[in-house]
Amino acid sequence: MSYEIVARPHQQNFIDWAKDKPKVLVLSADLTNSCEVGKWRDTYPDRFFSMGMAEQNMLGFAAGLAREGFEPWLHTFSVFLYRRPLDQLQMSVAYPSLKVRLVGFLPGIMTPGGVTHQAIEDIAIVRAIPNMTILEVGDATEVESVIEVAHEIDGPVYIRMLRGEVSRIFPKDEPFVLNTARILSTGSDITLITSGIMTEEALRAIPLLQDRGVSVSHLHVSTLKPFTDPRIISALKSAKHGIITMENHSIIGGLGSAVAEVMAENGIGVPLQRIGLKDTYAHGASQKYLMAEYFMDAQALIRAVENALGRKLNIDEAELEEQRSVTVHSSAKAEAL
Amino acid sequence: MSDHPAEIKEIERIAKGIRRRVLEHSIANNGGYMSQACSSAELLASLYGGILNFAPVGQPIDPPTFIGVPEVGIHTYKTGQQFHGAPGDQYDRLISSPAHYALVIYSALIETKRLREDGLEHFNRDGSTVEMIGAEHSPGFETTTGSLAQALSQAGGIALARKLKKEKGNTWVFMSDGEFQEGQTYEALQAAKFHGLDKLRVIVDVNLNQCDGPMDTVMRIEPLADRIRAFGWDVTVLDGHDIPAILAAAREATNNPHVLLCYTDPVRGLAIMEERKPTLHYLRFTGADERAKYEKAYQEMVK
Repeated sequence: MSYEIVARPHQQNFIDWAKDKPKVLVLSADLTNSCEVGKWRDTYPDRFFSMGMAEQNMLGFAAGLAREGFEPWLHTFSVFLYRRPLDQLQMSVAYPSLKVRLVGFLPGIMTPGGVTHQAIEDIAIVRAIPNMTILEVGDATEVESVIEVAHEIDGPVYIRMLRGEVSRIFPKDEPFVLNTARILSTGSDITLITSGIMTEEALRAIPLLQDRGVSVSHLHVSTLKPFTDPRIISALKSAKHGIITMENHSIIGGLGSAVAEVMAENGIGVPLQRIGLKDTYAHGASQKYLMAEYFMDAQALIRAVENALGRKLNIDEAELEEQRSVTVHSSAKAEAL
Repeated sequence: MSDHPAEIKEIERIAKGIRRRVLEHSIANNGGYMSQACSSAELLASLYGGILNFAPVGQPIDPPTFIGVPEVGIHTYKTGQQFHGAPGDQYDRLISSPAHYALVIYSALIETKRLREDGLEHFNRDGSTVEMIGAEHSPGFETTTGSLAQALSQAGGIALARKLKKEKGNTWVFMSDGEFQEGQTYEALQAAKFHGLDKLRVIVDVNLNQCDGPMDTVMRIEPLADRIRAFGWDVTVLDGHDIPAILAAAREATNNPHVLLCYTDPVRGLAIMEERKPTLHYLRFTGADERAKYEKAYQEMVK
């Protein structure tokens, strides 16, 4: 399986999108090129504001600008949008429900930058903040189309964004739709819910599972809050042998927890297995290495399916490796900060 | 110095009214943020009674009851900004940072006929917006600022937006000196200068007291004027009870963001509070005897 690789899908798309929107501003905290808005700054210098390495103040400025009718789009790494300035996010932005857009790069374990740069509990924390909407993109089509979705929301939005070389998994004419999961396959043995980059990883295992006669209902989720999509509830209800979630995040408070809440509220009584970081920090290494080390890869998914079914599927490593899409191999994927 | 004795007399009247109302409510509620009224009465009286160019509100406004917090897509209530009049190009804005000064601000609004005289009857009552520590539904609060040192950044964003819209009015921030212990304050100072926000104006109640006691024993902030000047701001240091000096500094034309460091006395106008030093942050009577003393002081104040 291989996908088209799109280089820096956010960069030009965001410039084109913002062209006729004079109220759209970009605020940046010294990671402008790292967040693919260097060209945006050069295109619209009057609408770009460098705030320096001072995120607490940046959140406050964003709040003031939003109160006056502007739409600030903050670009920095995820960790610097919610971890350091959490009180400012809550009191200056979330409480008044202002139209501030937080575009967070390097979600989860996507960076060799290690613990300081890895946002592994952002969904858990931001999900607990009233008025916040949380969106996460899983491919280039979603990188491009999440912008309009966020723009339409009359409140603060946190986006788990992708940069650099990004696979196009979903057709360009099937954009991101708020609170609407993508149904990637239907089946009744297992329901698999994935988000972000984990969807591409899971898709490596799906053909092999189907080959072994396992019927999988696979949904890609890109709206993590609100989490009220009837498609998800219906897919969870149809799972005969178990439900598996895969997320680029701690298993506490993110997608897995949200699914567990929906299961409990709807009386869905099959076992749930949550793939993700199991209440641990990670360290600086490549994405592929970390996904294997923390049992977050396609292999981990196969083990979880075997566990749910109570039988071995005899899928070997080589078979799985053949399914690896070129993007994960690509040398272009390794990026400096 | 102001050439308008009538204006100064009016501001003196407002300041007196602020102290009287806050004392009255502290006695009635067995406590209150009294020293803040003593230190800042002339500052808030000068702001509301002279410095700020606000649109008129017509009749004093009846404080609304609490109808809910802001929600996504639902902005049903007017913020406390309505007490400052409709915003506009030429008008000023006031973001009050230390929200525990709420009672002082409500009193200033009453004295300047923006809040109804009986508005304080709702003070700290369940279901009321006239809260003890104001949020943006409370009279006179344009934003939510009770988590200290966030207002200057918020006001910086407002001032930047107004600069982009080429508005003429100033954006004022009322701050307490304790906020100069928070790192965010200095982030905001550097950003305001960097983005050339010359219509951003800050007035600080430097009463040198905080919750734990005198600031020198908690965390020193001096030399405050030098610190702020080092960030490229214009700084005026003055006696925060000297109304002509406050008015003159506030009306000074500057090419930079400007801060007025107003050194104040936290027991000004209520000498018996001297006995409570060094802890002045919140007045809670030790018993009936002390309360009686304050009642006596109140009687003298209204004579």
